[in-house]
Amino acid sequence: MSQPTLVIGNINWFKYASPQTFYPLAGAMIPWFAWAAAILCAAGLYVSFLVAPTDHQQGEAYRIIFIHVPAAWMSMFIYVVMAFWAGVGLVFNTRLSHMMATALAPTGALFTFVALWTGSLWGKPTWGTWWVWDARLTSELILLFLYFGFMALQAAIDEPRRADRAGAVLALVGVVNVPIIYYSVKWWNTLHQGASVSLTGAPTMAATMLTGMLLMALAVWMYSIAAVLHRVRSIILEREHGADWLAGFREAKR
Amino acid sequence: MNWGSWHDFFAMGGYALYVWGSYVVTAGLIALEVILLMFRRRNALQGLRGPARGGRP
Repeated sequence: MSQPTLVIGNINWFKYASPQTFYPLAGAMIPWFAWAAAILCAAGLYVSFLVAPTDHQQGEAYRIIFIHVPAAWMSMFIYVVMAFWAGVGLVFNTRLSHMMATALAPTGALFTFVALWTGSLWGKPTWGTWWVWDARLTSELILLFLYFGFMALQAAIDEPRRADRAGAVLALVGVVNVPIIYYSVKWWNTLHQGASVSLTGAPTMAATMLTGMLLMALAVWMYSIAAVLHRVRSIILEREHGADWLAGFREAKR
Repeated sequence: MNWGSWHDFFAMGGYALYVWGSYVVTAGLIALEVILLMFRRRNALQGLRGPARGGRP
């Protein structure tokens, strides 16, 4: 098979809607995103531990923020992207869209768990409790169950096309939870603090702390893209088993 | 520079359990995901050599 040529600024994006053309493209992109993730993570950890000063209220405990916030952002963002691809798959009946949704779920669940875990470890020294049933924490826990539910539902249905559609409906219904998580700190009285960073208005934290957090957030982004592209390639191999384009692939194995 | 010694660094001002508990578990879970991704790819590639469609080898 021939490698697709990537013409920047003049791409026929529809071409990449087929698993056959997307597979090598995804393979070519993975190393770039993986290296970007590693470099950004190293820079982010350097700033987070060696440059950012000790917080005058929370001492060193606040350093949990450098994974807690990026993981929480990512957990919500991945869900929205997953619901988007699920919706595209339902409307246009494109196989690759459903595969993308399926590939996103485990990484989304991972970051949801990390957000909850680090939040719990941060809550103990600052609030005096590992867990409270307040709006922010409960809605984030529901997000974790939505990811698990999506994966369990897809795994429970043998026929891939039906599993895709059932999962997609669940993903789309569950997307209402994302704005609830995001605005929960405004809508309800909650122990959880409000957003430190918003699109409108200056961030309410020191510049070096913000730099560390944004570097870690970018690292998490790059990692997630690499991981999801890697997983979707495996899903393509599993699902397209027996397809003509994979016939020559068995020997080449690249 | 925030830390006078390695000991200070690991002590995290008394919050070692919480800070390192966060970082170590996160790193461990990401490492686990990477390993699972590699296994899945290896199995998928091996599956290609099996019988076409239906039943797993």
